[in-house]
Amino acid sequence: MLIGAFCSFGVAALASRMELLDKEGHPIYLLGRALWYWPWLIWEIIKAGIDVSKIILSPKMPISPTLINVRSSQKSAVGIVTYANSITLTPGTVSVELEGDEITVHAITRAGADDLAEGHMDRVVSRFEGGGAT
Amino acid sequence: MEMVLDILSWIFLLAGGAFCLIGGLGLLRMPDVYTRLHAVSVIETLGMGCIILGLVLQAGFTLVAAKLIIIAALILLTAPVATHALAQAALHAGILPKLDHDKTGGHIAGEDEPSNS
Repeated sequence: MLIGAFCSFGVAALASRMELLDKEGHPIYLLGRALWYWPWLIWEIIKAGIDVSKIILSPKMPISPTLINVRSSQKSAVGIVTYANSITLTPGTVSVELEGDEITVHAITRAGADDLAEGHMDRVVSRFEGGGAT
Repeated sequence: MEMVLDILSWIFLLAGGAFCLIGGLGLLRMPDVYTRLHAVSVIETLGMGCIILGLVLQAGFTLVAAKLIIIAALILLTAPVATHALAQAALHAGILPKLDHDKTGGHIAGEDEPSNS
């Protein structure tokens, strides 16, 4: 175990000496804020998942597929990817295309697209990304 | 205590199974690729989450529970990437979604010209 610890420490030291590590290798500074972001996201997923389940189970299947462009206000790549992934992870919305700060989203209902356009999730992710630190 | 945990874990396992079933049903009922993706995302979030939570309650405070939680985190991190890749590939292959409302004005992110294909 000691040798293992020594080896991993040695590899980490060598890698940072050789400047192999980039800034976004592991965004560990986000861990603290992730503690409140994840529960919020899980709650959103539960709500949206139950909505989509109701749509699937209802005999009429009241879908109104909508394509919409949303702007992301995050500054870093990590923030934008977090936002796009959160959109995709939430049932009922899938981010189809991503370029710069613009995300094209496919939503299964018009209401879902409108919720997203209203920008609540965007603000929460921005707060998660930036906090008050910068 | 054992009894309560068992009942709770079975509630979660059955709920997870039900969500997987709903997702499968949605996969059959939905009209096109993109709406089917939405149906499947119920499975990979709620279905997976409920089943793993149920299994964690069965496992108790052990190494198995920790491994299950790591698996759940891995799925939650990778599943949206796969879903996004699938949706983007479908779009690039020229499959246009059946839309009720198109609020993009024909403009897809990353394209300079409004798409007319």
